[in-house]
Amino acid sequence: MNQFSTLKNTLIALALLLAGLYALPNIFGSDLAVQISSAGTEAIGSAELSKIKTELQQEKIAYKSAALGNQRVLLRFSDSSNQLSAKDLLKKKLGRNYVVALNLAPSVPAWLASFGGKAMSLGLDLRGGVHFLLEVDMQKVVANSLIASSKDLRSAMRKQRLHKSIKQEKNQILVRLKNANLRAKAIQVANSIEGLEVLENANQQLDLLTISMSESAQRDAKNGALKQNIATLRNRVNELGVAQPIIQQQGLERIVVQLPGVQDSAKAKEILGAVATLEFRMVDEENDPQIAVRTGRMPIGSKLYYFRDGRALLLKNRVVTTGKNITGAASGFDQNSASPMVNITLDSAGGRAMLNVTKKYLHHRMAAVFIENTVETVKVNGKSVKKRSTSQDIINAATIQGTFSNRFQITGIDSAREARNLALLLRAGSLAAPIEFIEERTIGPSLGADNIAKGVLSVVIGFVLVLIFMGLRYRVFGMVANMALTFNLVLIVAVLSLLQATLTLPGIAGIVLTVGMAVDANVLIFERIKEELALNDNIQKAIAGGYDKAFRTIADANITTLIASLVLFSFGTGPIKGFAITLSIGIVTSMFTAIIVSRAVINKIYGGKKIQELSI
Amino acid sequence: MKTLNIPTIDFVGKRLWAIIFSSLLLALSIFSLANNGLKLGIDFTGGTLIEASYQQNVDLDLVRESLAAADFKSANVQYFGSSNEILIRLEPQKISSAKLSSKIIQLLGDDVDIRRVEFVGPKVGEELTNDGGLALLYALIGILIYVAFRFEYRFSLGSIAALIHDVIVTLGVFSLFQIEFDLTVLAAILAVIGYSLNDTIVVFDRIRENFLSTRQTDPLKIINGALNQTLSRTIMTSLTTLLVLLALFFLGGEIIHGFASALLIGVVIGTYSSIYVASSMILALGITKADLLPSEKEEKLISNRP
Repeated sequence: MNQFSTLKNTLIALALLLAGLYALPNIFGSDLAVQISSAGTEAIGSAELSKIKTELQQEKIAYKSAALGNQRVLLRFSDSSNQLSAKDLLKKKLGRNYVVALNLAPSVPAWLASFGGKAMSLGLDLRGGVHFLLEVDMQKVVANSLIASSKDLRSAMRKQRLHKSIKQEKNQILVRLKNANLRAKAIQVANSIEGLEVLENANQQLDLLTISMSESAQRDAKNGALKQNIATLRNRVNELGVAQPIIQQQGLERIVVQLPGVQDSAKAKEILGAVATLEFRMVDEENDPQIAVRTGRMPIGSKLYYFRDGRALLLKNRVVTTGKNITGAASGFDQNSASPMVNITLDSAGGRAMLNVTKKYLHHRMAAVFIENTVETVKVNGKSVKKRSTSQDIINAATIQGTFSNRFQITGIDSAREARNLALLLRAGSLAAPIEFIEERTIGPSLGADNIAKGVLSVVIGFVLVLIFMGLRYRVFGMVANMALTFNLVLIVAVLSLLQATLTLPGIAGIVLTVGMAVDANVLIFERIKEELALNDNIQKAIAGGYDKAFRTIADANITTLIASLVLFSFGTGPIKGFAITLSIGIVTSMFTAIIVSRAVINKIYGGKKIQELSI
Repeated sequence: MKTLNIPTIDFVGKRLWAIIFSSLLLALSIFSLANNGLKLGIDFTGGTLIEASYQQNVDLDLVRESLAAADFKSANVQYFGSSNEILIRLEPQKISSAKLSSKIIQLLGDDVDIRRVEFVGPKVGEELTNDGGLALLYALIGILIYVAFRFEYRFSLGSIAALIHDVIVTLGVFSLFQIEFDLTVLAAILAVIGYSLNDTIVVFDRIRENFLSTRQTDPLKIINGALNQTLSRTIMTSLTTLLVLLALFFLGGEIIHGFASALLIGVVIGTYSSIYVASSMILALGITKADLLPSEKEEKLISNRP
């Protein structure tokens, strides 16, 4: 009695061995590293690798290893000063086609990695970094695409001479027809414009059409905006040089951005959040801006714009070209005035437009307008309200000295820093719609290290206390329970590593709690064995009875806890999710170790023998 | 044969005292919750929180002055852990924006190590509050169904009564001592539910077993017997859990403090409630042996077992 079959014992041993193997990568720690990957289409291969090695050797920067894999070059260093100088050097030498970023690379031995062994990935609260939750302003997205469609609508209506007036009100277009007889024709025209839909019963007037975006068109517009924003954000993050960034859609209108290792959250926000673009417009030189300022009346075809210092200028409504046509931008200093500037390269359409305009308006003035849209949610009388604002500043207005097409400079920028940021934004492309930072969590690297140290210490101390306590109370059985508990810890770490779930500080708390609660199953079993011993002379029967009778209780108790932790998992965000993951895994693994593993060991010690007394 | 010293404490006989004690606890908790409310963290209210560490001791008044000078008058500044670390809290501002934290970091100067910045927009705060409440509700419903299915509806009501008791009292302590209630504390409360339920189920399982396996039909004696039989297990498990929680409380660092506090309170209350509240409840609901006898269909299933 009380013996497992050889097969069962082998399976248990195998499971524990595998758990040990996959938990192993976590004890090797990690190396300071620099990671180089391609920013665009350029492949990264052995040619680049040897170039990088030569550069490092020339500057006498010592590195531990350099390896190519996963379309990136990973350089490992033994100290941070070498790591930082290598990053700066490579950033300068490799140029903009490559992303050079600091990284922490787990130093898992090759033989272990070949089994698929990976270390747990650490959450931002443990390694330091920035977490942003961004919300895309979807109302603006819909409004923008409505504006685009209303232009098409206007020209279609004009062709057929159907309308008296067209105006946009919030998310609807109102068309006043010349007369009610044209209604059927107008509805047909409006519905033929892609994405538009006539709301036939929206009003009682026969000569008024109410038109809105169709559901599917709205959905497409929102989806497209989200996708484009994610792509743009990815470009911008690449420009920042971050290793292993996470940029993910969350829900229908939100984007999560996680930047491990980034400490300057202010700069990250400035770069990620800016919805800035450039427009080039001709200066209206025939009218006096001062008169427009005084009277508030604009000359036809022109509008007032201001420099940042408050000077006013009238600019033509027709746009020469915009940021969309920009393919390259680099910051630098003007040779003559030593003031910051941005070198711009346009695509062919933009270049053609520029060439035409500069030919036609030689010796006239052209202005570069910097446009920035922002949105933020503020509390007004206890209610959340979205506040949108657009700023349009002239950054420079210069006389066209000669014809040019796709290459030119913008000067008149306040600082070198601003020039760099502007160049970066123009390169990375603009966001399809304004985004708002609705959540930000930044953990400095010192706090991350602290959190790891404290988390590990509390797990170890709590664990040791429980081990001592169980040993004292249940003697041999207590030691078996301790073994099961240790295996449980190894199993949790192995499962977390295999799933590549992210370990966070609340996750560590979950592990600590599991340690405390995992012994419960063994306590239940052992107390039950004691009871059985009091009722029953046969020691073997008492052991079996204790395990059997406790099993149902353990299952009921653990399943209810599992229900609670699964609810946590599905509702939780961030810290709660991390806690729920380790708790759920811990519940399942603890049932395996406390019931099956401990039984196997007890069977090995006592099973099938004549026993006089149990050490319990 | 060994003799086992199973205690014979008359838990159920003292249930009147338990009812009085629990009623007092609940009344105090509800009173405090109604009057003081919870000191909600920025996870729920929205706002900005900055943890900064200086090379040497900091004068809080100086920090407050420089913040007030920059128009952050509502800033709450306090020491965090030691006198060279500070925590700055800002309510959701009229100019609520992520730019806010950047401004404050500038204000604090260069020789400061910014350890942590958290900004939660007002809308996110509202959502988290709703989601948190929903999570609590769904967890309770899930448990209610499972226990009703595995045991009987009276047990289900008994365990839920104990859970609600535990949650209210734990919240009450947080309200009374104005300990900050953030997301991790909410997670802890949900873990308390799991833990307390664990305890209750173990006792219930034993009550059911004793009803079915002994001749004894007096519910009072059955329940007392089950409580005494499981007592040493209840104490052992509570002790081991408390041991690790104490390790977490003292060594886990400031961020995990609220979490550990909530669990410590919850485990103590949960242990008490599974002994006194849950079993008094099923007794009051009038559980009898007949309620637990398997129906004919189940009987057949059982007799078919080898």
